[in-house]
Amino acid sequence: MSQQQASILIVDDELSVRDSLLHWFRKDGFNVATAASATLALQALEQGPYDIILLDIKMPGMDGMELQSRIHALNPKIVVIMMTAFASVDTAVRALKQGAFDYVTKPIDPDELSHLVARALKERRLEDENSQLKETIAELSSADFVIGESPAMHKVMEMIRQVAQTNATVMIRGESGTGKELVARTIHANSARKYFPIVPINCGALPDSLLESELFGHEKGAFTGANFRRKGRLEMADGGTLFLDEIGTITSKMQVDLLRAIETNEVMRLGGSRPVHVDFRIICATNEDLEKLVAEGRFRQDLYYRINVFSIALPALRERREDIPTLARHFMGKLAMEMDKRVSDISPEANQKLMAYDWPGNVRELANAIERAMVVSRTGIIRPEDLPFTVPEAPAASAPASDSLADMEKAHIAVILGRTRWNITQAADLLQIDRATLYNKIKRYGLQRAEGSETDASGSKPT
Amino acid sequence: MSEVLLVPICLPSQPSLIEHVSAQISRAFAATVSVRPHRFDPEVAFDSSRGQYNSTELLAQLLDETAGSDTLVLGIAGVDLFIPILTYVFGEAQLAGRAAVISTYRLDNSLYGLPANHRLLLDRLAKEAIHELGHTRGLVHCNQAVCVMRSSTYVEDIDLKSAQFCASCGQRVRAPTATPHR
Repeated sequence: MSQQQASILIVDDELSVRDSLLHWFRKDGFNVATAASATLALQALEQGPYDIILLDIKMPGMDGMELQSRIHALNPKIVVIMMTAFASVDTAVRALKQGAFDYVTKPIDPDELSHLVARALKERRLEDENSQLKETIAELSSADFVIGESPAMHKVMEMIRQVAQTNATVMIRGESGTGKELVARTIHANSARKYFPIVPINCGALPDSLLESELFGHEKGAFTGANFRRKGRLEMADGGTLFLDEIGTITSKMQVDLLRAIETNEVMRLGGSRPVHVDFRIICATNEDLEKLVAEGRFRQDLYYRINVFSIALPALRERREDIPTLARHFMGKLAMEMDKRVSDISPEANQKLMAYDWPGNVRELANAIERAMVVSRTGIIRPEDLPFTVPEAPAASAPASDSLADMEKAHIAVILGRTRWNITQAADLLQIDRATLYNKIKRYGLQRAEGSETDASGSKPT
Repeated sequence: MSEVLLVPICLPSQPSLIEHVSAQISRAFAATVSVRPHRFDPEVAFDSSRGQYNSTELLAQLLDETAGSDTLVLGIAGVDLFIPILTYVFGEAQLAGRAAVISTYRLDNSLYGLPANHRLLLDRLAKEAIHELGHTRGLVHCNQAVCVMRSSTYVEDIDLKSAQFCASCGQRVRAPTATPHR
């Protein structure tokens, strides 16, 4: 926290003291406000946050000691420095015991005041850093990681490794629910910026006027309702990463403002007169066809080139069905801990049902399905009937979905499996492939046994 | 800033001191500097319980007697200054205002039991004059080590900085209408 960003509230019933300190701290670049009584100080605290409060002990009405304990109850992070013209060890000890940061006697030596405020700012900064680090650690330790053994996901993980350590802007594309934010968080967690925040904002979820204020912040009085100064998400991401989800939805004006901020690394708060330098990395995500938007003139080409430096395309879940069981087990384990519910397995039938479904909502839908299944499961094992969706009937053997080789193969394998009543050994013999290959193909095509069909006694798991 | 008026207050006659400060202000702000005695009674600012002069009161007097003019006015006092909450100040200025006052009292080596050093006193005074007039141009304290707008807690801190503005503060001072540095 620099002095230019810190705010000080001076509470004293003497006008000359308030004025002197107001002017003194303003010249140091602080945002300073004054209050002539404890009641006015509490009102000021409702209007906006303060980092440091200089508080006179002896005031008519509610005195400084009482006010100090109220401030401490309101926000223990605020650094309170007590001032008094009548020094006594007793009051000093009492103030410190109640949580005051320090205690000065009026008139104050300028050097003492400078050092005191510098120490108070340092204390405040350390407090903030400490809570930020705790949040980051909690976030990192509870974060999901990109999971998947499919070739498509291996490629994604390799790209994350390549780009994480750089400062390059990253564009993540993929259908809704494929894990774009998770990839952004993984990139951030593996970058040199990991000790600073990753600040997400969903551009599509906010109207334009609100998005502008959210991104750039505003000064007090910048518009009706702007009762106090507020940092924007770009400033909050200082040192870290800004994750802009649904970037394709922002308006032309926002595109211009964002481009300027990216190019200059400076932001201007709404109603502000001075640009603020911010060190951020941008990661964007979209499920729209940005190239089409650029061609139609709805998305600026210069911004497109700025944000499309390194692009990662996330596959839909149906394009990596082999990852479904692993993902399902991961969500089951995580949710079991969160819900404190003993659900330990997913039945093979439920796994087949999961594999056969198309997952239009991708991994998010899978996570929700597993959560719902865990809620309704009574046996400690997720069974097909616990899953909240129905899988369309497998296409008739005589009617492959298309003339593609894959669909023809899928239909043919289904016919053979039906004929052998899912006896894997017999089916593999008829198809003249080994059992492991047949298992792989069943898995890849999401083929499942019709309910009521007999279990293959001889069909052991492939090695 | 085209014109600065210097007003000596309780200052023993020292032509070299006024000349030096005038020249330095003229260089730093490209301003015409004139000198005029005060018309108010400085004793109105004297606090007998503290044995010091209230710099805020002196500022008010300087503003009063130059009311109606847009000239910047800088009082140079030979006495110790204070503001009510602090034990002393080297000087005081109106932020983005029209008046400032500085004191030679605590800039003099002999106050600290050291041999008098007139040259050093002149340098310190010029830096304080430019610093306080910088505040009247809307500048706040600067973090650059050598910038004249760096805050000085101890008198030795004044010796560590230069009499020049850093690039950023200089740009703001030269701007047609200087704005507060925030």
